[in-house]
Amino acid sequence: MHIHSDILIIGAGPAGLAAARAASQSPDKPTVTLVDENGQVGGQIWRRSAPPWAQELVGSAKDDRLRLLSGTSVVEPLKGGALLAVTQGQPNPLRLSYRWLILAVGARELFLPFPGWTLPGVMGAGGAQAMCKAGMDVRGKKIIVAGTGPLLLAVAVYLKQHGAVIPAIVEQTSSANIRKFAMSLWRTPAKLAQGVKLRASLLGVPYWTDAWPTRAAGAGSLQSVTIARASRGMVQDRTLDADLLACGFGLVPNTQLAALIGCEIKGGRVVVDDLQHTTMGEILCAGEPTGIGGVETALIEGEIAGLVASNQKDAAMRLRKSRLDARAFAARLNAAFALRSEVKKLAQDDTIMCRCEDATLGQLRRYTSWRDAKLQARCGMGPCQGRVCGPLLREVLGFEPTDARPPISPVPLGVLAQRHE
Amino acid sequence: MLGSMQRAPTPSQPDVRDVSIVLNGRRVSVSFGTSVAAAIWNAGVAASRLSVRGEPRTALCGMGICHECRATINGVPHERTCMVDCTAEMNITTPTTL
Repeated sequence: MHIHSDILIIGAGPAGLAAARAASQSPDKPTVTLVDENGQVGGQIWRRSAPPWAQELVGSAKDDRLRLLSGTSVVEPLKGGALLAVTQGQPNPLRLSYRWLILAVGARELFLPFPGWTLPGVMGAGGAQAMCKAGMDVRGKKIIVAGTGPLLLAVAVYLKQHGAVIPAIVEQTSSANIRKFAMSLWRTPAKLAQGVKLRASLLGVPYWTDAWPTRAAGAGSLQSVTIARASRGMVQDRTLDADLLACGFGLVPNTQLAALIGCEIKGGRVVVDDLQHTTMGEILCAGEPTGIGGVETALIEGEIAGLVASNQKDAAMRLRKSRLDARAFAARLNAAFALRSEVKKLAQDDTIMCRCEDATLGQLRRYTSWRDAKLQARCGMGPCQGRVCGPLLREVLGFEPTDARPPISPVPLGVLAQRHE
Repeated sequence: MLGSMQRAPTPSQPDVRDVSIVLNGRRVSVSFGTSVAAAIWNAGVAASRLSVRGEPRTALCGMGICHECRATINGVPHERTCMVDCTAEMNITTPTTL
């Protein structure tokens, strides 16, 4: 099936939804198609709980003016400005053509390998929250929340509210960095209030800074987690019982689709100008793929992209100041939670780096590039297409991931066979 | 007919929004909106899949990226269970001999 739209938006998280809203309010009345891989809109941050304006917007999607394709994944770009996509449970692929394309494909979690991280019961921090939102029962479960960033607090609050016991929140950055960041929050009182509220919800939960997980252990599934804590130049280990370890070390921009289309990627981010134009003609990109900026940045950038694509450039120009402010806040936050070198050195020779192919650090040390590791040890050749091991090998071994290749996610061969029909 | 429609629900009656699925041959009831990955975790199943070396694996990312949670749903292998919600009579199988 072929669907043509004036504006095709990939990703229905904050950026994609803001873009759809801005575009649908244009006097030009463009046709807008919003595509998302999940069953519900909201992206990873809102998951099943998008704000009322977004739900209203999606509720109004019924004709050509705004069409929502949920459960739909992009497979690859086609020649001549279109994307090939598949919808869950539909055997026939879709050909989506467009005048303007807005990439609002978000970010994923950064995982770092340590002994035992492949055990059942070790999840991402955002991953554990997503699982809980999707019905995972955490009542009475001991969940250690570890890694870095304010996401850890949000995840801990959410899990606690759903009945989990949080033995500790384990934050790798230093208490000095956190204090400095907290001091800068006077510039953004709303953020300060958010932070205070989060901490208040976590009364009685230990928040350890200068601390990181060094080992997960258990027979068949997780039973305990060893945490290292640095203090006055000394590092001390201590082991805690746990049913689940929710562990994320920040976010990685999703750049694969932009790269396949031919947009310039620099330092792991899609290059855009101050009106969200990528280096490719009428292709815009907003939010996390252009650099981790958080939900406020994504909303502003999505709106800018939606305005630019729907002939409302003047309104888009007026948002540039708010965009810079949001980006400045994100830069302070990213600096405060930058990764310490210790957390990049936790893997041992027998620790698995590529979970799809079970390639270990010992095997991969021999290679000098991502390409070699791929060709020789099949690292990154499995179903996740290097989306988990690519970013972690960059942190651990300094490998720069090379060009993305289609398909973006595995599809039945029949889908690829039909792409020219 | 009328009589059965007017019958008051008994306390033991399951929530109408509960969904009945079959997990490794065992009948399991889950709340509406539960993903297959969450159902697998809630049921205490040891693994969604076995890795290349035969290690048990379950969901890592919870958002369709890592493919660690893949299992067989209604006979279709390698489905990402975190991306699929349970529906009535869904049949899910995971490796049971670890």
